[in-house]
Amino acid sequence: MTTIVNPKEKQEMLTKAAVRGRSLWDDARTRLMRNKAAVASMFILGVLVVLAIIGQLGIWVHDYDTIYRDRVSIAPTLDNWHILGTDAQGRDLLARTLVGLGVSLMVGVVATIVSLVIGVTWGATAGFVGGRIDQIMMRFVDILYSLPFIFFVIILMVVFGRNIVLIFVAIGAVEWLTMARIVRGQTLALAKMEFVEAAEAAGVSRGKIIQRHIIPNVLGPVVVYVTLMIPVVVLAESFLSFLGLGVQEPLTSLGRLISTGAQDMEVAPWTLIVPAVTMMITLFCLNFIGDGLRDAIDPKDR
Amino acid sequence: MFSFVLRRLLVAIPTLIVITALAFFMMKVAPGGPFDLERPMPDEIRERLLERYGMDQPVWKQYLDYMVNLAQGDLGPSLKFHDKDVAELIGEGFPVSIMIGSLAMLLAVFVGTLLGAIAALRQNKSSDYAVMGFAMIGVSIPPLVMGPILALVLGLYMNLLPTGGLNFNRYGLSVLVLPVITLALPQIAIIARLMRASMIEVIRSNYIRTARAKGLSAPAVMVRHALRSAVLPLVSYLGPASAAVISGSLVIERVFQLPGMGAYFVDAALQRDYTLVMGVVVVYASLIIFLNLLADLLYSVLNPRVKFDS
Repeated sequence: MTTIVNPKEKQEMLTKAAVRGRSLWDDARTRLMRNKAAVASMFILGVLVVLAIIGQLGIWVHDYDTIYRDRVSIAPTLDNWHILGTDAQGRDLLARTLVGLGVSLMVGVVATIVSLVIGVTWGATAGFVGGRIDQIMMRFVDILYSLPFIFFVIILMVVFGRNIVLIFVAIGAVEWLTMARIVRGQTLALAKMEFVEAAEAAGVSRGKIIQRHIIPNVLGPVVVYVTLMIPVVVLAESFLSFLGLGVQEPLTSLGRLISTGAQDMEVAPWTLIVPAVTMMITLFCLNFIGDGLRDAIDPKDR
Repeated sequence: MFSFVLRRLLVAIPTLIVITALAFFMMKVAPGGPFDLERPMPDEIRERLLERYGMDQPVWKQYLDYMVNLAQGDLGPSLKFHDKDVAELIGEGFPVSIMIGSLAMLLAVFVGTLLGAIAALRQNKSSDYAVMGFAMIGVSIPPLVMGPILALVLGLYMNLLPTGGLNFNRYGLSVLVLPVITLALPQIAIIARLMRASMIEVIRSNYIRTARAKGLSAPAVMVRHALRSAVLPLVSYLGPASAAVISGSLVIERVFQLPGMGAYFVDAALQRDYTLVMGVVVVYASLIIFLNLLADLLYSVLNPRVKFDS
């Protein structure tokens, strides 16, 4: 006896099954949404991003590079809408902080993408090709690991002038090492997994295996690492700017604002406090989101 | 063990060569030179200067000369401070940087381990949350934010501590407090997190249960059994930690106006003082390599399962 299932019913059963089944990512999302700190951080970060975009568009009453010679180092006031005061050169601090925030966030994202591309390519190649090439590639990473990188970044910045594209490349080129290690480890482990073997035995092509099995499984750790890397990159940029090697005046970034604020703090403490607090909030949010994602995607580490 | 150290030292030499080569050629590719002043000097003087410092030679020759001198322990003359050798300049700054850096490391290791252990023993209780909250603050507030803010609040407003300079005669040891704390805070946070995670794992393991079951007192179990294997991940973090402290010191020395080595480095790079930049890179790179070796040795002392020869 055979039961005959008409196509319509079969379709229904399939959709039901699809609704009931929960993927790894659905689970992760549920766990993430239960993490209050992470959700709050995402909200605050969203607000910060909107503010940064407003800053970049120059919608605010003041431009970030307009100098009001008669309004130097004004404390936060409602007069003339300097609600966060002005800096030692007479520029509106709110406008400057927003522009600085935008630059810092942009560097964070772009440099992370640079390092993501290098790291994933390097790690995945080493993991797939294996053998001697793998050994050489990872040995290279080991050697680079032991270098005092910040010195090279500083030399790089000095050598090739200080423009913002170089900051992306320099920081990205430094931060890809851990990514390469993670991706290589994952690909190596996955390539030996039974489901990959099964797919191979079933005659699935290599490209398809990579696409259907390897990439989705490598993605989890990579996503977690990327979110945790953005604050690190933001920090690296502010470090360079703080030393006077990052973005150049009149353009600014949070690190640059903090460094000038630190010089003027005796006369105008708000020029230090405003960018410092902005930076603190940003880093807090990014770290909370990163931690939340890690707990959500990889719960065993909790 | 001796052969292990020897092998590591032998690996260190090519690493140092790579580092110096990278730094050297990058500097040489840079447009501008140490003798480009605001007012251009006559060509003859310029040529004489270049000749005196051997900079009229091809770059590879300059590098070889530099390496030969370096092998003899000669870091060369500074190109900007005309009356001083690079070795003299570094000799002035190095003790300051080392003092601040090692104090910060000590503080970070002690406080971080302690906090992490406490958090692990009181997992999911309020003291655990307090420590982890503190760790989050430490991770999220970098020295370049923390330094100026501490200087502003504790130094300027409350007038408790001096905010800059290294005037021992006037302020005594209190000049060290703010720089050391600022430099140590992020490392305390990271070490506390590492320690908590590894301690939690260790306390759950079987041999700890055995130790408890045979009637050892709780402190004895913790100190003699748990702590020893829980600190292992920390030891392997010591290498990266010292690198982080060194790069942090670049900021600290600027914030608190300390006459250390990091302060030279940035200025020297900006002014194209090639020899001074190279000198600082060589010293710091050797230091990092040495500290990594030390951390590895310490690791194998604490963990007998690691064999030197494997």
